[in-house]
Amino acid sequence: MDNVTFGITMLICGMGGTILTLWIMSLVMRFLGRLFPEKPEKKEA
Amino acid sequence: MAEAVINGLSGLVIGFQMLAMDWRNAIMLIVGFVLLYLGIKKDCEPLLLVPIGFGCILVNIPLTDVMGEDGFIRVIYNAGIATELFPLLIFIGIGAMTDFGPVLAQPSTFLLGAAGQFGIFLTLLLALALGFEQLEAVSIGIIGACDGPTAIYVTSKFAPHLLGAVSVAAYSYMSLVPIIQPPIMRLLTTKKEREIVMKPVARPVSKTTKLLFPLVITILGGLIAPKGLPLLGTIMLGNLMKESGVVSRLTKASENEIANVTTLFLGLCIGATMVGSAFVRAETLIILCLGFIAICLDTVCGVCFGKLMRVATGGKFNPLIGAAGISAFPMAARVVQKEGSKWNKKSYLLMHAMGANAGGQIGSVVAAAVMLSVLAGMGIIP
Repeated sequence: MDNVTFGITMLICGMGGTILTLWIMSLVMRFLGRLFPEKPEKKEA
Repeated sequence: MAEAVINGLSGLVIGFQMLAMDWRNAIMLIVGFVLLYLGIKKDCEPLLLVPIGFGCILVNIPLTDVMGEDGFIRVIYNAGIATELFPLLIFIGIGAMTDFGPVLAQPSTFLLGAAGQFGIFLTLLLALALGFEQLEAVSIGIIGACDGPTAIYVTSKFAPHLLGAVSVAAYSYMSLVPIIQPPIMRLLTTKKEREIVMKPVARPVSKTTKLLFPLVITILGGLIAPKGLPLLGTIMLGNLMKESGVVSRLTKASENEIANVTTLFLGLCIGATMVGSAFVRAETLIILCLGFIAICLDTVCGVCFGKLMRVATGGKFNPLIGAAGISAFPMAARVVQKEGSKWNKKSYLLMHAMGANAGGQIGSVVAAAVMLSVLAGMGIIP
Protein backbone atom coordinates (compact mmCIF):
# COMPACT_ATOMS: atom_id res chain seq x y z
CA MET A 1 0.00 0.00 0.00
CA ASP A 2 1.40 3.42 -0.91
CA ASN A 3 2.02 6.02 1.76
CA VAL A 4 -0.69 8.44 0.59
CA THR A 5 -3.42 5.77 0.71
CA PHE A 6 -2.10 4.54 4.05
CA GLY A 7 -1.97 8.03 5.59
CA ILE A 8 -5.40 9.11 4.41
CA THR A 9 -6.95 5.79 5.47
CA MET A 10 -5.39 6.12 8.93
CA LEU A 11 -6.64 9.70 9.22
CA ILE A 12 -10.19 8.88 8.17
CA CYS A 13 -10.61 5.50 9.86
CA GLY A 14 -8.36 6.24 12.84
CA MET A 15 -9.62 9.68 13.76
CA GLY A 16 -13.16 8.90 12.61
CA GLY A 17 -13.12 5.67 14.58
CA THR A 18 -11.81 7.45 17.68
CA ILE A 19 -14.49 10.14 17.54
CA LEU A 20 -17.22 7.59 16.84
CA THR A 21 -16.08 5.29 19.66
CA LEU A 22 -15.88 8.12 22.19
CA TRP A 23 -19.23 9.49 21.04
CA ILE A 24 -20.86 6.08 21.53
CA MET A 25 -19.17 5.82 24.93
CA SER A 26 -20.48 9.26 25.91
CA LEU A 27 -24.02 8.26 24.89
CA VAL A 28 -23.84 5.00 26.83
CA MET A 29 -22.49 6.76 29.91
CA ARG A 30 -25.17 9.45 29.64
CA PHE A 31 -27.78 6.67 29.45
CA LEU A 32 -26.29 4.87 32.46
CA GLY A 33 -26.18 8.14 34.39
CA ARG A 34 -29.93 8.55 33.81
CA LEU A 35 -30.66 4.90 34.53
CA PHE A 36 -28.78 4.97 37.82
CA PRO A 37 -29.06 8.52 39.16
CA GLU A 38 -27.37 9.49 42.41
CA LYS A 39 -29.90 9.07 45.21
CA PRO A 40 -29.71 11.34 48.24
CA GLU A 41 -28.64 9.49 51.37
CA LYS A 42 -31.51 8.39 53.57
CA LYS A 43 -31.62 10.17 56.88
CA GLU A 44 -31.58 7.91 59.87
CA ALA A 45 -34.72 8.02 61.93
CA MET B 1 55.68 -10.62 33.54
CA ALA B 2 56.01 -6.94 32.61
CA GLU B 3 53.97 -7.63 29.49
CA ALA B 4 51.25 -9.28 31.51
CA VAL B 5 51.12 -6.28 33.86
CA ILE B 6 50.95 -3.87 30.92
CA ASN B 7 48.20 -5.93 29.31
CA GLY B 8 46.35 -6.01 32.60
CA LEU B 9 46.62 -2.25 32.98
CA SER B 10 45.54 -1.69 29.39
CA GLY B 11 42.27 -3.40 30.33
CA LEU B 12 41.68 -0.52 32.73
CA VAL B 13 42.10 2.24 30.14
CA ILE B 14 40.41 0.64 27.15
CA GLY B 15 37.07 2.19 28.16
CA PHE B 16 38.58 5.68 27.88
CA GLN B 17 40.11 4.80 24.51
CA MET B 18 36.78 3.55 23.18
CA LEU B 19 35.01 6.65 24.45
CA ALA B 20 37.49 8.81 22.55
CA MET B 21 36.99 6.66 19.45
CA ASP B 22 33.19 6.95 19.33
CA TRP B 23 32.13 10.53 20.03
CA ARG B 24 28.46 9.52 19.92
CA ASN B 25 28.80 7.73 23.26
CA ALA B 26 30.28 10.87 24.76
CA ILE B 27 27.35 12.92 23.45
CA MET B 28 24.89 10.43 24.91
CA LEU B 29 26.62 10.60 28.28
CA ILE B 30 25.96 14.34 28.19
CA VAL B 31 22.34 13.68 27.17
CA GLY B 32 22.06 11.33 30.16
CA PHE B 33 23.33 14.07 32.45
CA VAL B 34 20.88 16.57 30.92
CA LEU B 35 17.98 14.17 31.55
CA LEU B 36 19.13 13.70 35.14
CA TYR B 37 19.43 17.48 35.52
CA LEU B 38 15.91 18.01 34.18
CA GLY B 39 14.53 15.35 36.48
CA ILE B 40 16.42 16.26 39.65
CA LYS B 41 16.83 20.04 39.42
CA LYS B 42 13.87 21.05 37.25
CA ASP B 43 11.40 18.45 38.56
CA CYS B 44 10.39 17.44 35.00
CA GLU B 45 8.83 13.96 35.28
CA PRO B 46 11.61 12.91 37.72
CA LEU B 47 10.16 9.44 38.25
CA LEU B 48 10.97 8.67 34.65
CA LEU B 49 13.74 11.01 33.63
CA VAL B 50 16.01 9.90 36.48
CA PRO B 51 16.01 6.18 35.56
CA ILE B 52 16.02 7.04 31.84
CA GLY B 53 19.00 9.36 32.30
CA PHE B 54 20.88 6.80 34.36
CA GLY B 55 20.07 3.99 31.92
CA CYS B 56 21.37 6.23 29.13
CA ILE B 57 24.63 6.75 31.00
CA LEU B 58 24.99 3.03 31.77
CA VAL B 59 24.56 1.92 28.20
CA ASN B 60 26.90 4.51 26.73
CA ILE B 61 29.90 3.63 28.86
CA PRO B 62 31.98 1.70 26.32
CA LEU B 63 32.32 -2.07 26.65
CA THR B 64 29.59 -2.31 29.27
CA ASP B 65 27.45 -5.33 28.78
CA VAL B 66 24.23 -4.12 30.38
CA MET B 67 22.31 -4.52 27.11
CA GLY B 68 24.28 -7.55 25.93
CA GLU B 69 22.62 -10.93 25.60
CA ASP B 70 22.78 -11.62 29.34
CA GLY B 71 23.07 -8.03 30.52
CA PHE B 72 20.84 -7.17 33.45
CA ILE B 73 18.93 -4.44 31.60
CA ARG B 74 18.50 -6.74 28.58
CA VAL B 75 16.91 -9.30 30.87
CA ILE B 76 14.50 -6.67 32.20
CA TYR B 77 13.89 -5.38 28.65
CA ASN B 78 13.04 -8.84 27.35
CA ALA B 79 10.76 -9.49 30.31
CA GLY B 80 8.82 -6.25 30.26
CA ILE B 81 9.28 -4.19 27.11
CA ALA B 82 9.58 -6.84 24.43
CA THR B 83 6.52 -8.53 25.91
CA GLU B 84 4.69 -5.13 26.22
CA LEU B 85 4.02 -5.99 29.87
CA PHE B 86 5.40 -2.87 31.59
CA PRO B 87 3.14 -0.26 29.92
CA LEU B 88 0.15 -2.43 30.77
CA LEU B 89 1.16 -2.70 34.43
CA ILE B 90 1.55 1.08 34.50
CA PHE B 91 -1.93 1.38 33.03
CA ILE B 92 -3.44 -0.62 35.90
CA GLY B 93 -1.86 1.92 38.24
CA ILE B 94 -3.13 4.87 36.19
CA GLY B 95 -6.64 3.41 36.23
CA ALA B 96 -6.41 2.96 40.00
CA MET B 97 -5.28 6.56 40.45
CA THR B 98 -7.69 8.31 38.07
CA ASP B 99 -11.08 9.62 39.09
CA PHE B 100 -13.31 9.53 36.04
CA GLY B 101 -16.13 11.22 37.99
CA PRO B 102 -15.81 14.60 36.19
CA VAL B 103 -16.13 13.03 32.75
CA LEU B 104 -19.05 10.89 33.92
CA ALA B 105 -20.76 14.01 35.26
CA GLN B 106 -20.50 15.52 31.77
CA PRO B 107 -20.19 12.70 29.22
CA SER B 108 -20.04 15.22 26.35
CA THR B 109 -16.47 15.99 27.43
CA PHE B 110 -15.52 12.59 26.00
CA LEU B 111 -15.63 14.37 22.64
CA LEU B 112 -13.04 16.90 23.79
CA GLY B 113 -10.88 13.89 24.59
CA ALA B 114 -11.34 12.81 20.99
CA ALA B 115 -10.45 16.22 19.56
CA GLY B 116 -7.23 16.16 21.54
CA GLN B 117 -6.06 13.12 19.57
CA PHE B 118 -6.04 14.77 16.13
CA GLY B 119 -2.34 15.44 16.53
CA ILE B 120 -1.62 11.70 16.40
CA PHE B 121 -3.01 11.27 12.93
CA LEU B 122 -1.79 14.58 11.50
CA THR B 123 1.73 13.84 12.76
CA LEU B 124 1.51 10.37 11.25
CA LEU B 125 0.88 12.06 7.89
CA LEU B 126 3.84 14.40 8.44
CA ALA B 127 6.12 11.49 9.33
CA LEU B 128 5.08 9.65 6.18
CA ALA B 129 5.76 12.78 4.13
CA LEU B 130 9.24 12.95 5.66
CA GLY B 131 10.00 9.44 4.47
CA PHE B 132 9.49 7.29 7.55
CA GLU B 133 8.22 3.74 7.09
CA GLN B 134 4.50 3.25 7.71
CA LEU B 135 4.82 1.54 11.11
CA GLU B 136 7.54 4.00 12.13
CA ALA B 137 5.14 6.83 11.28
CA VAL B 138 2.46 5.20 13.45
CA SER B 139 4.91 5.05 16.37
CA ILE B 140 5.93 8.68 15.89
CA GLY B 141 2.33 9.83 15.56
CA ILE B 142 1.45 8.17 18.85
CA ILE B 143 3.62 10.73 20.68
CA GLY B 144 0.59 12.95 20.07
CA ALA B 145 -1.38 10.75 22.45
CA CYS B 146 0.59 12.63 25.11
CA ASP B 147 0.58 9.36 26.98
CA GLY B 148 3.90 7.68 27.77
CA PRO B 149 2.74 4.09 28.34
CA THR B 150 0.63 4.13 25.15
CA ALA B 151 3.58 5.46 23.15
CA ILE B 152 5.85 2.78 24.60
CA TYR B 153 3.31 0.02 23.99
CA VAL B 154 2.81 0.93 20.32
CA THR B 155 6.47 1.69 19.59
CA SER B 156 7.85 -1.43 21.25
CA LYS B 157 5.42 -3.40 19.08
CA PHE B 158 6.08 -1.76 15.71
CA ALA B 159 9.31 0.22 15.77
CA PRO B 160 11.43 -0.91 18.76
CA HIS B 161 14.49 0.81 17.27
CA LEU B 162 12.70 4.15 17.80
CA LEU B 163 11.68 3.38 21.38
CA GLY B 164 14.26 5.67 23.01
CA ALA B 165 13.47 8.71 20.87
CA VAL B 166 9.69 8.26 21.01
CA SER B 167 9.62 7.67 24.78
CA VAL B 168 11.88 10.58 25.58
CA ALA B 169 9.81 12.84 23.30
CA ALA B 170 6.53 11.64 24.84
CA TYR B 171 7.61 12.13 28.45
CA SER B 172 9.55 15.33 27.87
CA TYR B 173 6.72 17.07 26.07
CA MET B 174 4.21 15.82 28.63
CA SER B 175 6.20 17.61 31.30
CA LEU B 176 6.41 20.70 29.08
CA VAL B 177 2.63 20.97 28.63
CA PRO B 178 2.45 24.03 30.95
CA ILE B 179 4.93 25.79 28.67
CA ILE B 180 3.71 24.54 25.28
CA GLN B 181 -0.05 25.00 25.68
CA PRO B 182 -0.70 28.54 27.01
CA PRO B 183 0.69 30.48 23.99
CA ILE B 184 -1.38 28.33 21.61
CA MET B 185 -4.49 28.78 23.76
CA ARG B 186 -4.03 32.55 23.72
CA LEU B 187 -3.33 32.64 20.00
CA LEU B 188 -6.50 30.77 19.09
CA THR B 189 -8.99 32.45 21.42
CA THR B 190 -10.27 35.98 21.85
CA LYS B 191 -10.15 37.77 25.20
CA LYS B 192 -13.94 37.55 25.37
CA GLU B 193 -13.82 33.77 24.90
CA ARG B 194 -11.15 33.31 27.55
CA GLU B 195 -13.24 35.28 30.04
CA ILE B 196 -16.33 33.06 29.75
CA VAL B 197 -17.45 31.86 33.17
CA MET B 198 -18.93 28.38 33.23
CA LYS B 199 -21.51 27.06 35.63
CA PRO B 200 -20.17 24.50 38.08
CA VAL B 201 -20.78 20.84 37.31
CA ALA B 202 -23.65 20.02 39.64
CA ARG B 203 -24.65 16.52 38.53
CA PRO B 204 -23.44 13.93 41.01
CA VAL B 205 -22.56 10.48 39.71
CA SER B 206 -23.95 7.40 41.40
CA LYS B 207 -21.75 4.59 42.67
CA THR B 208 -23.48 2.17 40.28
CA THR B 209 -22.57 4.34 37.28
CA LYS B 210 -18.97 4.58 38.46
CA LEU B 211 -18.84 0.80 38.81
CA LEU B 212 -20.45 0.13 35.44
CA PHE B 213 -18.19 2.64 33.65
CA PRO B 214 -15.03 0.48 33.47
CA LEU B 215 -17.03 -2.62 32.53
CA VAL B 216 -19.02 -0.89 29.80
CA ILE B 217 -15.97 0.88 28.37
CA THR B 218 -13.96 -2.36 28.32
CA ILE B 219 -16.67 -4.33 26.54
CA LEU B 220 -17.59 -1.53 24.14
CA GLY B 221 -13.98 -0.60 23.40
CA GLY B 222 -13.03 -4.26 23.08
CA LEU B 223 -15.80 -4.89 20.58
CA ILE B 224 -14.90 -1.87 18.46
CA ALA B 225 -11.11 -2.13 18.70
CA PRO B 226 -10.12 -5.58 19.98
CA LYS B 227 -6.46 -5.08 19.12
CA GLY B 228 -6.21 -2.35 21.72
CA LEU B 229 -8.06 -4.22 24.45
CA PRO B 230 -4.92 -4.78 26.57
CA LEU B 231 -4.53 -0.99 26.84
CA LEU B 232 -8.15 -0.25 27.57
CA GLY B 233 -8.69 -3.35 29.70
CA THR B 234 -5.81 -2.69 32.07
CA ILE B 235 -6.69 0.96 32.73
CA MET B 236 -10.30 -0.06 33.33
CA LEU B 237 -9.28 -2.94 35.61
CA GLY B 238 -7.39 -0.45 37.77
CA ASN B 239 -10.41 1.85 37.82
CA LEU B 240 -12.84 -0.94 38.67
CA MET B 241 -10.66 -1.93 41.63
CA LYS B 242 -10.60 1.68 42.81
CA GLU B 243 -14.34 2.25 42.44
CA SER B 244 -15.36 -1.09 43.91
CA GLY B 245 -13.64 -0.19 47.16
CA VAL B 246 -13.41 -3.85 48.15
CA VAL B 247 -9.85 -4.54 47.05
CA SER B 248 -8.07 -1.61 48.59
CA ARG B 249 -4.89 -3.67 49.04
CA LEU B 250 -4.75 -4.42 45.32
CA THR B 251 -5.62 -0.83 44.44
CA LYS B 252 -2.88 0.52 46.67
CA ALA B 253 -0.39 -2.03 45.35
CA SER B 254 -1.28 -1.09 41.76
CA GLU B 255 -0.89 2.64 42.28
CA ASN B 256 2.18 2.35 44.51
CA GLU B 257 4.42 -0.72 44.59
CA ILE B 258 3.60 -2.17 41.16
CA ALA B 259 3.57 1.21 39.41
CA ASN B 260 6.79 2.28 41.14
CA VAL B 261 8.76 -0.88 40.38
CA THR B 262 7.51 -0.93 36.81
CA THR B 263 8.34 2.75 36.34
CA LEU B 264 11.89 2.13 37.54
CA PHE B 265 12.40 -0.82 35.19
CA LEU B 266 10.64 0.95 32.32
CA GLY B 267 12.78 4.06 32.66
CA LEU B 268 15.97 2.07 32.92
CA CYS B 269 15.12 0.06 29.79
CA ILE B 270 14.17 3.15 27.79
CA GLY B 271 17.41 4.83 28.78
CA ALA B 272 19.30 1.71 27.78
CA THR B 273 17.88 1.91 24.25
CA MET B 274 19.58 5.28 23.84
CA VAL B 275 22.95 3.93 22.79
CA GLY B 276 24.99 6.52 20.90
CA SER B 277 25.35 4.66 17.60
CA ALA B 278 21.58 4.26 17.33
CA PHE B 279 20.44 7.53 18.91
CA VAL B 280 22.76 10.25 17.60
CA ARG B 281 21.16 10.55 14.18
CA ALA B 282 19.24 13.18 12.26
CA GLU B 283 16.24 10.84 12.50
CA THR B 284 16.11 11.31 16.29
CA LEU B 285 16.07 15.07 15.95
CA ILE B 286 13.24 14.82 13.41
CA ILE B 287 11.27 12.56 15.78
CA LEU B 288 11.71 15.05 18.62
CA CYS B 289 10.49 17.87 16.34
CA LEU B 290 7.53 15.80 15.13
CA GLY B 291 6.64 14.98 18.75
CA PHE B 292 6.57 18.68 19.56
CA ILE B 293 4.38 19.36 16.53
CA ALA B 294 2.06 16.51 17.57
CA ILE B 295 1.37 18.03 20.97
CA CYS B 296 0.92 21.50 19.47
CA LEU B 297 -1.58 20.06 16.97
CA ASP B 298 -3.46 18.28 19.77
CA THR B 299 -3.82 21.61 21.56
CA VAL B 300 -4.83 23.46 18.39
CA CYS B 301 -7.51 20.88 17.53
CA GLY B 302 -8.73 20.72 21.13
CA VAL B 303 -9.14 24.49 21.39
CA CYS B 304 -10.80 24.64 17.95
CA PHE B 305 -13.24 21.96 19.07
CA GLY B 306 -13.82 24.01 22.21
CA LYS B 307 -14.70 26.96 19.98
CA LEU B 308 -17.21 24.79 18.15
CA MET B 309 -18.75 23.82 21.48
CA ARG B 310 -18.93 27.49 22.42
CA VAL B 311 -20.98 28.14 19.28
CA ALA B 312 -23.13 25.04 19.86
CA THR B 313 -23.90 26.10 23.44
CA GLY B 314 -24.69 29.69 22.51
CA GLY B 315 -21.52 31.13 24.05
CA LYS B 316 -21.72 29.29 27.38
CA PHE B 317 -18.65 27.11 26.83
CA ASN B 318 -15.13 28.39 27.44
CA PRO B 319 -13.00 27.11 24.53
CA LEU B 320 -9.87 27.02 26.70
CA ILE B 321 -11.24 23.76 28.13
CA GLY B 322 -10.60 22.11 24.76
CA ALA B 323 -6.87 22.25 25.48
CA ALA B 324 -7.40 19.81 28.36
CA GLY B 325 -8.57 17.08 25.99
CA ILE B 326 -5.11 15.53 25.95
CA SER B 327 -3.88 12.72 28.13
CA ALA B 328 -1.43 14.63 30.34
CA PHE B 329 -3.53 14.17 33.47
CA PRO B 330 -4.11 16.32 35.52
CA MET B 331 -1.48 18.74 34.23
CA ALA B 332 -3.47 19.93 31.21
CA ALA B 333 -6.53 20.60 33.38
CA ARG B 334 -4.43 22.71 35.76
CA VAL B 335 -3.04 24.69 32.81
CA VAL B 336 -6.60 25.48 31.67
CA GLN B 337 -7.64 26.53 35.17
CA LYS B 338 -4.58 28.77 35.53
CA GLU B 339 -5.06 30.35 32.12
CA GLY B 340 -8.80 30.88 32.64
CA SER B 341 -8.39 32.50 36.05
CA LYS B 342 -5.66 34.73 34.65
CA TRP B 343 -8.20 36.37 32.34
CA ASN B 344 -11.18 36.29 34.67
CA LYS B 345 -10.74 35.98 38.41
CA LYS B 346 -14.33 34.67 38.74
CA SER B 347 -13.67 31.88 36.28
CA TYR B 348 -13.29 28.41 37.81
CA LEU B 349 -12.72 25.93 34.99
CA LEU B 350 -10.94 23.17 36.88
CA MET B 351 -13.79 20.66 37.18
CA HIS B 352 -14.81 21.10 33.54
CA ALA B 353 -11.19 20.81 32.47
CA MET B 354 -10.75 17.68 34.63
CA GLY B 355 -13.66 16.14 32.73
CA ALA B 356 -12.02 16.94 29.40
CA ASN B 357 -8.67 15.73 30.72
CA ALA B 358 -10.11 12.41 31.94
CA GLY B 359 -11.79 12.17 28.54
CA GLY B 360 -8.37 12.76 26.99
CA GLN B 361 -6.96 9.92 29.07
CA ILE B 362 -9.57 7.55 27.67
CA GLY B 363 -9.31 9.24 24.26
CA SER B 364 -5.60 8.54 23.89
CA VAL B 365 -6.06 4.87 24.74
CA VAL B 366 -9.07 4.58 22.43
CA ALA B 367 -7.13 6.32 19.62
CA ALA B 368 -4.28 3.84 19.98
CA ALA B 369 -6.70 0.92 20.17
CA VAL B 370 -8.57 2.11 17.09
CA MET B 371 -5.27 2.65 15.28
CA LEU B 372 -4.15 -0.92 16.01
CA SER B 373 -7.46 -2.35 14.83
CA VAL B 374 -7.42 -0.24 11.65
CA LEU B 375 -3.86 -1.45 10.96
CA ALA B 376 -5.00 -5.05 11.48
CA GLY B 377 -8.01 -4.42 9.28
CA MET B 378 -5.73 -3.17 6.50
CA GLY B 379 -3.59 -6.27 6.90
CA ILE B 380 -0.49 -4.27 7.88
CA ILE B 381 -0.18 -6.02 11.24
CA PRO B 382 -1.31 -9.58 12.05
